[in-house]
Amino acid sequence: MRIMSIALCGWLALLLLLAGNAWAQANLEVNTPAVAVLQASMQKRHAELASFYGNGAVGLTRDGFVALRDANAVPLAQRQQVNGLVAAENQDRSALYREIARANGKPEWENEIRATFAQRWVDKAQGGWYYQNNAGAWTRK
Amino acid sequence: MRSLTVGVALASALLLQGCVTINIYFPAAAAEKAADKIIDEVWQLKKLGEPAAPSSNTPQSR
Repeated sequence: MRIMSIALCGWLALLLLLAGNAWAQANLEVNTPAVAVLQASMQKRHAELASFYGNGAVGLTRDGFVALRDANAVPLAQRQQVNGLVAAENQDRSALYREIARANGKPEWENEIRATFAQRWVDKAQGGWYYQNNAGAWTRK
Repeated sequence: MRSLTVGVALASALLLQGCVTINIYFPAAAAEKAADKIIDEVWQLKKLGEPAAPSSNTPQSR
């Protein structure tokens, strides 16, 4: 009987260990220097991009990026600037998704991370901003 | 005692199964949480009441 309870205790301890391990993996690591740099860069750029989301010139794509949606909403003089912002933003976003996957030792998760972000960008977008629905059509939030 | 052992064995089998599941499949909930955290920072959401305010809100600053 005594041996049995010792074995039971050992087994329970092992389980606790495994559970702790599982718990650690239930969180995604995002606190890396590379993520912080990308985040800061995107935050700074957002100050410029926000007005273009607002007037519908730029929209959120269904695959987690941004795209020039309506060039006519942008004065001619600003078009080059918007194109540059969109390209730079997409570069950062792409790097962000890749870096999060890499930081968690699962590069193969990149696409799922991107899909998760795609959904959350849209969910958190302000009313009036444009996003692509599941069929790829631009929709006003 | 015997039924307890069986119960513990069963529960642990379930728990182990859970661990394996988490290891193999994409942790969707964790990814959402991570995405929310980053998006809130990038878009400056949920920043009310934080030190960001003083620069624009203090009357004597300008």
